[in-house]
Amino acid sequence: MSESFGNIEAILDRFPPQPEHLISALQDVQAKFNYISPAVMRAVCDHLGVPISRGWAVATFFKSFRLEPRGMHEIKVCLGTACHLKGGARLVEALERDLAVTRGHTSKDLNFDLDTVNCLGACALAPVVVVDENYQPTATHRKLKKVLKELK
Amino acid sequence: MGDAMAQVSTAGKIEDFRLPSAEGLAAYRESILAERDPNRTVIIVCHGTGCIANGSPKVAGALRKSIAAAGMTAQVIPQIKTTGCHGFCSRGPLVIFQPSGLFYQKVKENDAEEIVKTTLLEGNPVERLLYRDPRTDELIPYDYEIPFYKHQQRIVLRNIGKIDPVDIRDTIAVGGYQALAKALTSMTPEEVLTAVEAAGLRGRGGGGFPTGRKWRIAVENARKNPGPVYVVGNGDEGDPGAFMDRTLMEGDPHAVLEGMTIGAYALGAHQGYIYVRMEYPLAVRHLSIAIEQARALGLLGENILGTGFNFDIQINRGAGAFVCGEETALIASLEGRVGEPIPRPPYPAEKGLWGRPTIINNVETWGNVPQIIEKGAKWFSKLGVPHSTGTKIFSLVGKVNNVGLVEVPMGITLGRIVEEIGGGVPGQDRFKAVQTGGPSGGCIPYELKDTPVDFDSLSAVGAMMGSGGMIVMDKRDCVVDVACYFLRFLEEESCGKCLPCRLGLKAMLEYLDKFSKGKGSQEDIDDLHSLARAIMAGSLCALGGTSPNPILTTIRYFKDEYLTHVVDHKCPAGVCKDLITYSIDPEICNGCRACARACPQGCISGEKKKPHTIDASACIRCGMCMDECPVGAVMVE
Repeated sequence: MSESFGNIEAILDRFPPQPEHLISALQDVQAKFNYISPAVMRAVCDHLGVPISRGWAVATFFKSFRLEPRGMHEIKVCLGTACHLKGGARLVEALERDLAVTRGHTSKDLNFDLDTVNCLGACALAPVVVVDENYQPTATHRKLKKVLKELK
Repeated sequence: MGDAMAQVSTAGKIEDFRLPSAEGLAAYRESILAERDPNRTVIIVCHGTGCIANGSPKVAGALRKSIAAAGMTAQVIPQIKTTGCHGFCSRGPLVIFQPSGLFYQKVKENDAEEIVKTTLLEGNPVERLLYRDPRTDELIPYDYEIPFYKHQQRIVLRNIGKIDPVDIRDTIAVGGYQALAKALTSMTPEEVLTAVEAAGLRGRGGGGFPTGRKWRIAVENARKNPGPVYVVGNGDEGDPGAFMDRTLMEGDPHAVLEGMTIGAYALGAHQGYIYVRMEYPLAVRHLSIAIEQARALGLLGENILGTGFNFDIQINRGAGAFVCGEETALIASLEGRVGEPIPRPPYPAEKGLWGRPTIINNVETWGNVPQIIEKGAKWFSKLGVPHSTGTKIFSLVGKVNNVGLVEVPMGITLGRIVEEIGGGVPGQDRFKAVQTGGPSGGCIPYELKDTPVDFDSLSAVGAMMGSGGMIVMDKRDCVVDVACYFLRFLEEESCGKCLPCRLGLKAMLEYLDKFSKGKGSQEDIDDLHSLARAIMAGSLCALGGTSPNPILTTIRYFKDEYLTHVVDHKCPAGVCKDLITYSIDPEICNGCRACARACPQGCISGEKKKPHTIDASACIRCGMCMDECPVGAVMVE
C-alpha cells in the first residue's frame, strides 16, 4: 500500500483542495486502483477537505463506485429497453448460472465481475454485452461462452 | 498565416495558433477549403460506437492497405475519413463514398480489396454491399435515396457522418463557429436571446420548457443580483434505449461547444460545464479533444475571436445515477455532493450552481442554437409545427427493421417514423405499441399511429416527448412486462429522498409483479391506477412524478392484456415466466440436439434426429432452447 500511496498523491495533486472535486477525484482514483478502499477514501477526503462521511455518502450513492476489489475481467450486460426486449435479461441469467455468481458481484476465482448497465446507447447491437471494453454485438449465450472461455 | 495554419494537424495535436478575429476565422476556412479538392474521392468509414463494435476500424485499416497496394499513383488517391455515427446502426459498418454518395452496408474487412478494385479502379459498385429495400427488394446505391435517410430532415445531425469529429478543421470547413462569429461581432446578447425566444426552441431533454424563456429568467435574476452565471450542457442521457446525445457529442462535439458559447454570450456567463454519462467514454474523449482544439484556436477561453468575450468549458463525468439528469440533482453532483434533487422553485435559472443563476440545457438543445443564429429565428420557427418548432432526434430501436438515429421535423406522425423511416416491424405487418419518452414516457398503441410527434400531442395521449427514445414493440412483447421493466428501473434509480417515489414505486411494482404471476384481481388494477395518480401528484421531482406513465398508458390502452393476466392467468405475448410453458413442435423439430445441449436443467430429451420433448416440471423457462433452435421448433404459450 505504501507504494501505491505515492501514486495516489500524483492523482490528487491534479485537483485543487476543494470539495467540488470529490466525484472526479474518486473516479480517477478508482480508475487507478480499480476500487476505493478505506485508506484511499481517507486520502481523497483529507486532500479535498471533505468529511469522510460525505465521501462514503457519495461513493455509495453513485453506482459506478466500487468498494470491493474487482475481478480480472469485467462483464457488463446491457439491460436497456432494446436489450431487454431482445433477451438481455436471459443472458444475465445464463451468465449467472455459468459463472456461479449473482449480478453485481465477482466470481469466486476472482476471474470475472458480472454487472448490468442501464443502457450503453448502442441499441442497434442489442442485446449487447461488453467484456473488458470490447463490445459484443447481438450477443448470444453461445457467443459469450466462447469469449469467456478464451479469457479463462 | 499559412505556415501557422499548416501546424493544425489532423492528429489532434494543435500548436498554439489563435484566430485573431471573425475575419481570421473566415480566412482560415477559405484556406482549408482551398487545400481541398472537391472532386477528390473521400471514403467515409463510420466510427460510431455501433460500427466500431462491428469492426469498422478493421475495415478502415484494410481499405488503407488495399489502396496502398493498388498503387494508384496516376489517380488522385482517395482519402479515408472516420466520422461519427450516421445513424443507420443496424446496417453497420457503413462505408460511404463522397462526393457520389455511394453507400455500402455491413462491410467487412475482407471486402476492402474488392471495393478498391471494383469501385475505385473500375468505377462500378460492389452489388452485394448495396442496400436492398426489404419491402421492394430493390437495390439502392446512394445514401440520399434510401428511405431511412430520405424522409429525415437533418438539422442538428447535419454534419455527423461528414466530418471527422476530432479534427476541428473539418468542422470549420462545413461552417462551424460561423454562428458564434456572427453572434459575437454583429449581435448584442439581447438580440441573441430574442432570436432564441422567437425561434420557439423548447428543451430537448424531456420537459420541453421554452429555452428562451428559461434564459430570460436567468438574465433577469443576474441583473437583480449581480455575479457569475453558469451554463451547463446536460449529456447525462440516462433513458434506456436512447442515444441521441451520445451520437451528437461523439459525432459533432463542436456543435455543442458552439451552442453553449453563444448561450454564454447571451447570458453573460464565463464558465460552462458539460455533464456526460460515464457509460459514454468515446463522447468524453471527443469532447475533450474538441475543447482542446477550440481553445488552441481561440474559439474558447479568453478573448474569443478577439472580441474580448471570455468563456471556457469543463467536462464532468457522471457517476452512474439516472436521477442526475434532473437539474437540481445534476447541480448537486457538479458541486461534488450526492445527486439528490431539491424542491423547485427556486429554479436553477434563479438559483443554481453555487447559488447563482444557471442554465442547464440538453446537449441537443445547445446543438440547435448555432443554427438559429446562423439562419435566423424565422427560418427555425417554420420548421415543425407552431408550438413545437424545429426538428427532434429520435433513437428508433426495438422491433423495427431500421434501427438507428433519425431526425425529423416535429409533427410527423408516429406511424410514418416507424413505417417509412424504420421500415416496419421485422416479419410482421404492424407494430403493437411504441414507447416514447423513456421510463417516464408512455406506450402508444398502433391504433394511435397517426398521432403527430410533438410535445403537446404526445402529452395528450399520455406519453411524452422525453429525450427522444422511441422503442417499437411487437406482439411478442408483453405490456405488463414492459411496465414492470420500467418500474424496476425507476425503483432502482429512485434516490430515496421523498416518500411517494421511494415507497410508491415499490408498491406499484408489487402490484405488477402480482399481475405478471397471474395473481390479483380487476380491483387491484383499479387500485394500482389510483396509487399511480397519487405518486404523480406527490413526488418531489420528475423521476417520481412521471414514473406512473408507463403503467397509466398501458392500463389505458391495453387493459385487456392486464385482464388476461389476472383473470385468465395467461400472458398472450409469451413473456411472463410464471404464465408460460415451452414445448417443441414435433413436426418441425429435426432432432439436432442444440436445445438439449443448451438446456441448463438438462430437461430436454429425445434421440438424435428424432423430435425432442421438454419436461415441463423441471423447466425453469429460461428460453435458452428457443434462442438456440435453428429451425424454430420451440414454441411458447
